[in-house]
This record gives sequence, C-alpha cells and structure tokens, in this order.
Amino acid sequence: MSAPPGLDDAPLLSARGVTVTYGRRTGCRDVSFDLWPGEVLGIVGESGSGKTSLLGALSARLHPAAGSVRYRDRTGRVADVYRLTEPERRALVRTEWGVVRQNPRDGLRLNVSAGANIGEPLMAIGARHYGAIRAQAADWLERVEIAADRIDDPPAAFSGGMQQRLQIARNLVTGPRLVFMDEPTGSLDVSVQARLLDLLRRLVADLGLAAVIVTHDLAVARLLAHRLMVMQGGEVVETGLTDQVLDDPQHPYTQLLVASILQV
Amino acid sequence: MEPVLRVEALRKSFTLHNQGGIALDVLDAVDLTLRPGECVALDGPSGSGKSTLLRAIYGNYLVSSGRIRVTHKGAAIDMAAATARQILDIRRHTIGYVSQFLRVIPRVPALDIVAEPIRARGHEYESARAEAERLLRRLNLPERLWHLAPATFSGGEQQRINIARGFAVAYPVLLLDEPTASLDADNRRAVQDLIGEALARGAAIIGIFHDAEMRARVATGTYRMSEAKAA
Repeated sequence: MSAPPGLDDAPLLSARGVTVTYGRRTGCRDVSFDLWPGEVLGIVGESGSGKTSLLGALSARLHPAAGSVRYRDRTGRVADVYRLTEPERRALVRTEWGVVRQNPRDGLRLNVSAGANIGEPLMAIGARHYGAIRAQAADWLERVEIAADRIDDPPAAFSGGMQQRLQIARNLVTGPRLVFMDEPTGSLDVSVQARLLDLLRRLVADLGLAAVIVTHDLAVARLLAHRLMVMQGGEVVETGLTDQVLDDPQHPYTQLLVASILQV
Repeated sequence: MEPVLRVEALRKSFTLHNQGGIALDVLDAVDLTLRPGECVALDGPSGSGKSTLLRAIYGNYLVSSGRIRVTHKGAAIDMAAATARQILDIRRHTIGYVSQFLRVIPRVPALDIVAEPIRARGHEYESARAEAERLLRRLNLPERLWHLAPATFSGGEQQRINIARGFAVAYPVLLLDEPTASLDADNRRAVQDLIGEALARGAAIIGIFHDAEMRARVATGTYRMSEAKAA
C-alpha cells in the first residue's frame, strides 16, 4: 500500500496561473495547485472543459500562454519546466515522468514487439544489457497481467485492454515519480475498465507514485484520486478531497455533474 | 481526561443549486465534546442530521460554520479548516468511520478491503492480512468469502466487512453509523464486544444505534439532535 503522502515534505509539482490559448480561444485559464509526492489528483469535467489542455501544459507538451509549472526532481532540485532548454526538458520527462495516453495506439509502437515497447524507454535512459532489459520487460508484462510468452508479439495483435496495460508498463518501467494520464480507461469496454482500474490503483499505491489523471468518469475519479479539481469552461470551479467533492458538491456545475450519474 | 474531539457551534446547510437554490438547514449549533472511553449515542428522528454530523466530523461533508477540533498526533486540528492532505492523514491515523453501506471496489477481495487501513499505516501485507482474518473470523464471515470481491454479498455480509475495516486499526476516534442494522443477534453481540474493547483501550466513539439494546449496553451518554435544532 501507499507510502502515505507525508505532511512536511515539499510539493512535487506546482502550477501557478497556468493559461493555455489556441489563437483567441482559451483552453484553460489561470489554474494553480500543488501536487504532493504520492498524491493522485483527478481533473474532472465534460469534454471541452479544458482538462486536456491543462494536462498538456502540466506535462510539458503544450506551452502555456501564461503561468508557470515547477517540478522538484529526485535530487531535490526545482525546475521551472518551461524555462528549461528543450534537451533538459526532454531529459526530465524521460527520467522523472510517465505519460499514459487515452488511445494506447498513441503511446505504443504497434509493430515492434511488446518486449521492445517496454525496453525502449529503458534504453533511452541508458540501459544497455540486453538480457537485463529483457528480464525487466518480462517482469513488467507479468505485473500488468500479460502472459510472459507474449513478449515477442507486436501490440497490434493485442486487445485494447492489453494494449493499455502494455502502455502502462512502458511508462512505469523507468521508475517515474509522476505519471500523467488522459482518460486511461476511456477507450475500453466497462468489463475491461474494472481490471485496468484495479491494476492502476495497486501500482500507484505500491510504487508511491504521484499522478494527475484526467477523466470525465466520476466513478473512475472516486476510485483513483485523493483529490479532485472540477473544470468548466476552462476554469477550475471546485476543488477538494475526492469523496467530499462527490458527496457534498458545492458549485452548481459539480452538483449537476454528480446528479447526472446514472445509477445501475 | 482531555477531550479528543470538540464540535463547536457547528452549522451545516445544503444549497441545491439545480433545484431552485433551495437551502436545507440540517445542523444548527451542534456542540459536543468527546473524551477517551466515552461512547455518545446520537438520538433523534430520521432526517434530524445524525448521519450528516458524522460525515461532517469525518470531512466527507463541508461545514457551513463552526469548528470540529480533533486531537491528531498530539495537536488540535480543526477538520472544518483542514486541507485535503491533513484530512487524509487524520483518517489514516485518528478518525475511523463505519458507514452504513460498503463501497465496493471492483475485483478487490474482502480480506484486502479490511486489511487496507492497516497497510495504509505502513504495515506489511502479511501482518495486515492476519489481522483482517482475525476480525472477519470474529464477525463470523465464512472463510470461503474472504477471497471474493463483495459486490455480490448480502447486506449483512457487506456490513460486517465494513465493521471489520473500521476496527482494523486502533483509531482514537470512531464514528459508527448504524453498525448493526442488518445483523443477526450473534453478530450484534460480536460488534458489541468490539465496541467494548475499543472503549476499554481508550477510544472515543460517536454512534447512531437504532438497536435499543445495543445502545443501552455501549453508550455512556446521549446527544439529542432535535434539541440542538430547537436551541
């Protein structure tokens, strides 16, 4: 289970006034928050609410028009992500972060083997010993519940759920401290979702990972996130402890979202 | 004994923005003090805010005004003003809560649900599971169910898992929301024993007990919700 987030350590990621624009249109406006080690933050809201714009800006993929994103690396050094040089920024992403995309096809190389998909990021941070890389790939396949004898098969031959689990292995093999996830269960059937959610929950807790998870699915948010940010029209309208936001929503938009969940 | 929990001038109203902005005043000026070894039973008709009070103390509901001061790791923290991270830490170490219904997590077996609060305090998987087994055995949950996810369990079985989870850790403060509503006599007695042991080790408990016999046996005092509203 989790190394519980301690109270006196410093934030891992600090966003201040983050604003993303597309020409005259606003993606997200003036978003500020701190993320602590081991903490899982859920960003919820409907499509078009600015969740994905914000995630892009936080994860160094979308240069914000205004504001800053600061990150404290494992040596304790704090970097202003958008003031780093491009090579420095790429090195930071490679060694400290993982990015899980909604569609596994965007996060995997479909025509090279599953083992190579897991091995590549290791090689990108300097691993060279073929046997060790392959052993780690096999170990990670097992951790994401993919049979080890599929190691030489290309993910193109995998089901959607397996592809998503492989993408998670590819992202976690390098031991990141922070993982960004965009609708990680969004492209999956409900029965496959439950398995992936359980897996994500366990991995995040066991590894003490911090995560920022964008989802429109409040049930996913309840299972995975410690804390929620609710977005509407590019702005954060409510934030708080996950169960408090979902059980006692304050903002009209959050109340509407919660009231709109279908019961089974 | 110093109180471990002081609720002061607590008010809670719900504003329903999508239903004409109606405001429901559920708690009005609740004052309550709880010391180690005390078990206060909340008394009042349905709708008088008993569950709301427990949820406010647990940080599950925001309060409109007032304070909820809890002694956490030797210092007084106001739950009504605490950050999300502080509340999670308080829930890990200081306040336990047994809700009326188990929130089932897909694929997670009963044993792991009970062991989770122990593991969250940093204990090893094996010792946490051993303690979880001991509790489930005391609550007569058949062993064949331990390794199954409780989605399909009966109400009484789910409630026993919830109780085991709430008693898995020696919380200084325990909030019990009708812990025995769907239990038979044997299991009610088992829960009564657990409550008695918790009080004996110095836990402070606030409970909603519909079962009059249970209340008579465990409660050391009563707090009347309706009086609070009239005050």
